Amino acid sequence: MSEETFLLPDVGEGLTEAEIVEWKVKVGDVVVLNQPLIDIETAKAVVELPSPYAGTVVTLHGNVGDVIEVHKPLITFDVGGDASAARAPAGAQAPAEQEAAVGEGRQAVLIGYGVANEDAVVTRQHRRQGSAKAPAAPSAPVVETATAAALAPRSTPPVRLYAKQHGVDLSTVTGSGRDGLITRDDVERAIGGAVAAPRISAPITGPNTTSRFVGRELESWSSGPKEERIPVKGVLRSMADAMVQSAFSAPHAAAWVRVDATRTMELLDSLKQQSSLSGVRLSPLTIVALAVCDAARHFPGINSSFDADAGEVIVRRSVNLGIAANTPRGLIVPNIKGADQLDLAAMASALADLVDKARQNTTTPGEMAGTTLTITNVGPYGVDAAIPILPPGTGAILAVGQIAKAPWVVDDQVVVRRVVELALAFDHRQIDGAMASAVLAHIGRYLHDPAAAIIAG
Amino acid sequence: MIDEELVQLLTPEGERISNPDYESTLTSDEIFNLYRDMVIIRRLCNESTSLQRQGQLALWAPVQGQEAAQIGAGRALAPKDFSFPSYREHGVAWCRGVPPEDMLRVFRAVTTGGWDPQKYRHSVPTVVLGNQTLHAVGYAMGIQRDGAEEAVLTFFGDGATSQGDVLESFVWAASFNAPVVFFCQNNQWGISTPSSVQSKIPLYHRAHGFGFPGVRVDGNDVLAVYEVTKRALENARVGGGPMLIEAYTYRIGAHTTSDDPTRYRIDAEVEVWKHRDPVERVKSLLVREFKTKKAAFDKVAAEAEALATKLRVDVLAMGRPDPISMFDHVYAAPHPLIDEGRLEMVELGVSGGAD
Repeated sequence: MSEETFLLPDVGEGLTEAEIVEWKVKVGDVVVLNQPLIDIETAKAVVELPSPYAGTVVTLHGNVGDVIEVHKPLITFDVGGDASAARAPAGAQAPAEQEAAVGEGRQAVLIGYGVANEDAVVTRQHRRQGSAKAPAAPSAPVVETATAAALAPRSTPPVRLYAKQHGVDLSTVTGSGRDGLITRDDVERAIGGAVAAPRISAPITGPNTTSRFVGRELESWSSGPKEERIPVKGVLRSMADAMVQSAFSAPHAAAWVRVDATRTMELLDSLKQQSSLSGVRLSPLTIVALAVCDAARHFPGINSSFDADAGEVIVRRSVNLGIAANTPRGLIVPNIKGADQLDLAAMASALADLVDKARQNTTTPGEMAGTTLTITNVGPYGVDAAIPILPPGTGAILAVGQIAKAPWVVDDQVVVRRVVELALAFDHRQIDGAMASAVLAHIGRYLHDPAAAIIAG
Repeated sequence: MIDEELVQLLTPEGERISNPDYESTLTSDEIFNLYRDMVIIRRLCNESTSLQRQGQLALWAPVQGQEAAQIGAGRALAPKDFSFPSYREHGVAWCRGVPPEDMLRVFRAVTTGGWDPQKYRHSVPTVVLGNQTLHAVGYAMGIQRDGAEEAVLTFFGDGATSQGDVLESFVWAASFNAPVVFFCQNNQWGISTPSSVQSKIPLYHRAHGFGFPGVRVDGNDVLAVYEVTKRALENARVGGGPMLIEAYTYRIGAHTTSDDPTRYRIDAEVEVWKHRDPVERVKSLLVREFKTKKAAFDKVAAEAEALATKLRVDVLAMGRPDPISMFDHVYAAPHPLIDEGRLEMVELGVSGGAD
């Protein structure tokens, strides 16, 4: 048998990588030419790749969610007896691939959008093979032997000029930039400090810890590149688009209040002892969710959206309660449909279900559509309050801060209570400050005495 | 949505419509050949998209949805007429006799042209937006000075109508009464910008402001496109001056393989236009009026398949040009600056291709 490996092509004029969205074949499948193999998501689009070979799938070189670099193996086929019959003729590798073998990085865009990762540098490299070389006739092609030694050092035009002006031979300089790129700093060091900036004797490197940022692990301050560009795609793009759409169409205003939530915490403690509620995941958020739905029943105007095209405000008498969730991919806002119909136990399990799905990345688009009111729970991050931006097409969003012990005045005595700060951001086109304040005060009263509120209905 | 002045000779269902100004002159064989052209160019286009997805082309600009506009216009050209395309007119290139593999060379980035424009009376793909309309008017003015009975047809999209080059070419064509026909395929989208944003009036109305006639034709109706274009070219050849044809059509696919249209337009819109498919429309006519048999359609499909297979083989076998050759066709005659640039490249040691 003979094998052929399909390398991930650059399908978008200068892309460097793509994420596997879905395999449409599995090992052992027999595929025909141009049969769809896989969906990949690039910085530009989700793209379906058709098979360049007819044969049997031997290896898939990645799983769903993996990011594969352009020109790295994607899938290997057994193409049967004589490989040359099934594959491209020798020397017929695509020009783009040949170019990449000489210098990787961004290619100029011919038609359409540019590419986001501008930090990848074009490195078309000219081979210098002696000045006496005669022009090669087209009929006598020179065989390329692109060894590392034959290649010019990687740098950028301004740095090359800078080096030339200061008599620095770049082949003697070791690059400290990404993939060995020679930077201006490297050239300055090579010049020998004559023009170098004042040095700090013990350079501050920063911690080696990583942190999460827009749905990915970010390299540490000390080990990461000086500047990094992250393609705006996937959940990050959704977040960016939604926030821009909302922030520049709905005039936001906010009101906030501090509440003594001691009784809420006490109620939760006692409910957790109830055998009938064993297995139910109760949290302060359960009570907040009930409070928000109750406020909507009393003030339906808060559960509204502004339809500018129709010149109408849509008031909804059913709450699809959005919960802002921090997932491995980034921020998403799934919702609980018909949350106003749920009692305490049902609300608790609906929230648990929503959180589990978000953590496991199994939230469906349908579960993120149609939100009418939203809660964002910033308390777990140790902050008191936040002024959130509305999810597009909704009228209000409540931010819940941490519930912490704080001095509180009760009967003119300063006592220690469990205090929470609530902030309500709203679309001021249809919701005015008086209504937002009434809603916020209602939620505050609910948390101040939840048992009474639940009984009152 | 569709203008009442739209010239249409076939309904989307393939039924004939009579039009007092334009009568279909085509025989059943000629109509069948138009169908064949459209099926072949659609199949070749799909193969090209696959080749791009397999890393064999740097880019591809799909033609799907615009086959009638391109084939109808391309077949209306007389042998001595000259056409100037943008980068999407694969259907016109097919009509002019350009070998399919030559159409793909520029998209594989192994040439700056792809064919000899004089040989096929068809200029090379022009990626600089709208630039070819100026070349077309210049060529048409040359025809005038030669006293030849020829016409020029130039292609561009709705997006290019916002480009200065196109508007300047309108002015020159009108001022000199040049024998040029401007063929605008209004496929509704200039990449992600809707046509309605780029022009507050129907595009063909613009011609009146420049001082020549404009007409809007159903770009998915190959019979109508053929008749309207043929008439406009005839008019130009005998000194009738320029004309603007707006072929009202739709780009079913992406702008190019680098584009993702789902980000800016809704599926429902695409579905509406799929019901106006230019190929199915002619097929309905052929079946209904000429009783064309399934075997004839199958034969065309098999022919298209064979051409697609050949195209793949030809593309995979393409060599790499000598980079120095890029200096060869910049000017017709030797030019000192070009010579200097070539010498500099040679001194840098840039050379070599692979066959």
